[in-house]
Amino acid sequence: MLITNRKIAPPADDKRWKIVDVTMRKQGYSPTALIETLHTIQESFGHVSGEALEYVANSLNVPPSKVFGVATFYNLFNMIPLGEHVISLCTGTACYVKGAGEVVEFMREEYGLEMGQTTPDGKLSFVVARCVGACGLAPVMILDGKVVGRLSPDQMKTRIREWMSHDE
Amino acid sequence: MSPTTPLIKTFTIDGKPVSATEDETILDVARQNGIDIPTLCNLEGLTPTGQCRLCMVEIGGTNRMVPSCVAKPDEGMEIVTDSERLLKYRRMIVELLFSERNHICAVCVTNGHCELQAMAQRLGVDHIRYGYLHPRFRLDGSHPRYEVDHNRCILCGRCVRVCDEIEGAHTRDLRNRGIKTLVITDFDGRWGESATCTNCGKCVHVCPTGALAEKGKSVAEMAKQRHFLPYLVMRRKGLKK
Repeated sequence: MLITNRKIAPPADDKRWKIVDVTMRKQGYSPTALIETLHTIQESFGHVSGEALEYVANSLNVPPSKVFGVATFYNLFNMIPLGEHVISLCTGTACYVKGAGEVVEFMREEYGLEMGQTTPDGKLSFVVARCVGACGLAPVMILDGKVVGRLSPDQMKTRIREWMSHDE
Repeated sequence: MSPTTPLIKTFTIDGKPVSATEDETILDVARQNGIDIPTLCNLEGLTPTGQCRLCMVEIGGTNRMVPSCVAKPDEGMEIVTDSERLLKYRRMIVELLFSERNHICAVCVTNGHCELQAMAQRLGVDHIRYGYLHPRFRLDGSHPRYEVDHNRCILCGRCVRVCDEIEGAHTRDLRNRGIKTLVITDFDGRWGESATCTNCGKCVHVCPTGALAEKGKSVAEMAKQRHFLPYLVMRRKGLKK
C-alpha cells in the first residue's frame, strides 16, 4: 500500500507493462480507470495476476479489496492463465433451461474438464459464465471469442468437436 | 416558493397519513411514525443499498414492490408494509438466507444477539423449506483480536460499508458473484496480515450475525455494540452538537 503521486515502477521489466501504463496515463491515473486497466492487463498477459492487481491498486490508489472484488466479479477477467483455446459456456438460467447442463457433462466425459479447468497440455480451457447477457441466443457458448448460440445441445457438441479438430 | 424550501410530500403508510421531505426515504418516514419495516442490510449511519430485500413494500394501485430503504415516496402514494404477499416473501428471503450457509444458532457466538435469528423469530420462520447448502468455508483467525466465520455470513455488506464510509480504510470488499460471493480482506488475504486494516473493530460490531466476532467469546457471548455509529457519522461530518 503506497500513497504517492509518483509513478510506481512496474513489477517486472516486461514491455507489456508499458501498454498497461499507457492505459492508466490516458485516464490520468484516475481510480475510475480500474476496469479499463484490468482489460488491458487481461489482453496483454492473458490473465490478471496477483502481482498485476497490486500494481494497479498502488498506481491508481484504489483499495486492494476493491481491485480484487472488481477483478473477480467480471467473467472477462481470469486470475490464472488459461489454455491456448477457451470455451466459455453460459450456465445462466435461460441457457441452463435450454440444455447447457448437457454440455457441461459432455466436457467432463469428452475432455475430462470440470468447470474452470484447463487440460494438462494447456491446449483447452473450459470456463463457465453466469449469463453473458444474450439470453435470446440461449444456449450460448463462446469459442475463442466467437459467440455461438441457438443450437441444440447435440449440435453444440458437434460444433465443439469440429472447433477442436481444426487446430490439429 | 424559494429553491431552498424543502418540498413536503404527503402520502399514507398502512393507512396512516404521513409526510416526507425531499430526501427522506419511505423507510425513514415509516420509522419516524413508529412503523417498523424489517431490515437486515440497513443500518443507521451507513448508505442504504437495498440488497437484503426485506424492506420491500407495496405501492397501492400498482403490482410493484419497492425496497423502502432506498425508494423515495411520491405525493399521494398509498404504501402497504405488511400485506400477506410481503410477509410471504420476507419469510422466503429469511429461509433462503438460512439455507445458504450454516446458521446453527445453538453453537453460535451471537446466539440471542443475532439479527438474523431475531428476524426469523419475528417473521415466524419455524422451519426451512429449502435444502441446506452447508458450504465449508475456512475460518480466518489470523487477526489477534477478531475472527471471521464466513459460514455465518449473510453478505449484507455492512462490514464493507462501515470500513469504507466510516473508517475510510476500505479493507473489506466482496469477491466473485452469486453463490460464490465472499467477503474479503485486501487481496483476499488473511485478516491478520492486512496492510490497510486499522484493527478498529467496527466491522465486527455492525455485523448482524456471528460471522465477525471478537476472539475468546463462547456461545451466546458476542453481543454487538452499535451506539457508536450515528455518533461517529455526526462527528466525522463535522456536525458537532
